[in-house]
Amino acid sequence: MPPAFRNPATMRTIHAWLLLLPALAFIAAFTHYPAVNTFIHSFFLDGRGGAPAQFVGLEHYQYLLEDEVFRKALVNNLLFASGTIPLSIGLAMTMAFLVNAGLAGQSVLRLCYFVPTVLPMIAVANIWLFFYTPEYGLLEQIRGALGLAGVNWLGSESTALPCVIAVAVWKDAGFFMIFYLAALQQIPPSLGEAAMLEGASRLYYYRRVVIPLLMPTTLFVLVNATINAFRMVDHLFVLTQGGPNNASSLLLYYIYEVSFKYWDTGYGAALTMVLLGFLALASIGQFGFLDRKVHYR
Amino acid sequence: MSQTNIYDSRGLARVLDTAAAWTLAVLWALPLLYAVWTAFHPSEFSTRFTLAAPLTLDNFRAAWDAAPFARYLVNTVLLVTLVLSGQLVLCTLAAYAFAKYDFPGKGILFALVLMQLMIMPDVLVVENYRTMSAIGVLDSTLAIGLPYMASAFGIFLLRQTFKSIPKELDEAAAVEGASTLQILWKVYVPLGKPVYLAYALVSVSYHWNNFLWPLIVTNTTNSRPLTVGLQVFSSTEQGVDWSIITAATLMTSGPLLIGFLLFQRQFVQSFMRAGIK
Repeated sequence: MPPAFRNPATMRTIHAWLLLLPALAFIAAFTHYPAVNTFIHSFFLDGRGGAPAQFVGLEHYQYLLEDEVFRKALVNNLLFASGTIPLSIGLAMTMAFLVNAGLAGQSVLRLCYFVPTVLPMIAVANIWLFFYTPEYGLLEQIRGALGLAGVNWLGSESTALPCVIAVAVWKDAGFFMIFYLAALQQIPPSLGEAAMLEGASRLYYYRRVVIPLLMPTTLFVLVNATINAFRMVDHLFVLTQGGPNNASSLLLYYIYEVSFKYWDTGYGAALTMVLLGFLALASIGQFGFLDRKVHYR
Repeated sequence: MSQTNIYDSRGLARVLDTAAAWTLAVLWALPLLYAVWTAFHPSEFSTRFTLAAPLTLDNFRAAWDAAPFARYLVNTVLLVTLVLSGQLVLCTLAAYAFAKYDFPGKGILFALVLMQLMIMPDVLVVENYRTMSAIGVLDSTLAIGLPYMASAFGIFLLRQTFKSIPKELDEAAAVEGASTLQILWKVYVPLGKPVYLAYALVSVSYHWNNFLWPLIVTNTTNSRPLTVGLQVFSSTEQGVDWSIITAATLMTSGPLLIGFLLFQRQFVQSFMRAGIK
């Protein structure tokens, strides 16, 4: 046996590497390698019909600046994020307070709030599609009964994006509620008793004691909600296909169209770089959060 | 599950809270309740709500006959099984190394793994499609599953669990002459059971529901999962009546939904556990 293999420290290092190797190989092959390749391919134009790819430098990035559809998808995505994130977090917190308040039938309440989480987005979007359908959809029937004029919810540029936001909020709020519930149950009741002795009002207790104590959870949920806002596009396939006139298109949906409908994967790579940029921003928050979690232990 | 809180509302405030809670609950359950109504009644009752409406299973029969849902179901079950078994093996090995070994470069490797939490395979579809095409596995269950086999989330979750297991236990096992893998299998895996269950539920529901990547990488009935099959069915059969599409929608979500209703407690607690670790 060579002397190095008799050294226990070396042996432990080799063991560790062997244990890690399979997982690392997969993550490298399907996360790091494609991420790096996205960057490289964003400088190339795909060769058509078997021709080699052609280096075009920053051309794709220059085109980004003039591409109206990209600008629209980007603005939509920012609007989508600024709609879904605060609404779903606010509702999630409200739901957790209500479920945790010892009201009648609280397990049924929790079930109702949580159930959208386990349903496939693509399936529930079909149900929402019917709600939004002009003339005979549920929403229009209600408006018709009230004598209001008809609205083409998904077919008008002004309402398509808000409709898509509503579906996303409905899907995510119950999921985030779970994390708030877990956090609420960690708060000792003695805190409430102490606050009561001090004469704090209910509102004051929630605003100054409970919500600050939920901050780590809010941060965790915030990062997840941000990632979701740039990742969740399934419902667009059913509801609007990004339309009308790209009024509800989001970045990842546009990447899909460019890469797999028009097969311009070079430009698709440049678009993916923009998306990765946003995810990297969210990741800075996440790393800070994970570090703090580890220190608490 | 909740303890009584001194600040729980009383009197009129409590009535208002209850009303708000139930209004929200009805709003949240409405799409599902509506889908159940439409799917189990003839199509002329899809917007007429009357107790006199007759119940029927015809919509389910029509949907089942119109598209190969049985095949889609088999594909989905194969997919979630493949992904979950891959994840359990790979994540257990990696998590053990990160939790119990000290070696040069550990910090950097762990950071590299965690990168996957942000840059998920979901957004790298263009390049992963290229890879699947290069290795010749396009349009297969394997192609849908490969990018998800090693999960940073699973590694992180299991590493936290393994770290909390006292070292004396594996020292004792080592004295008995157990090898590294035996210690892992006989000591760590059994102690991590609740976390494995939590992770499994989260993983299965994620991959049962996943859509974009399977849509891109499959193009025949041989490999399409339920989500993609449903989309193909409902977008090509737009003329078909609404009740049939709703029945198909329920069939797609059915097995997972029934599983959720039966094991509600475990589901909710698993999602909680997976989130707070």
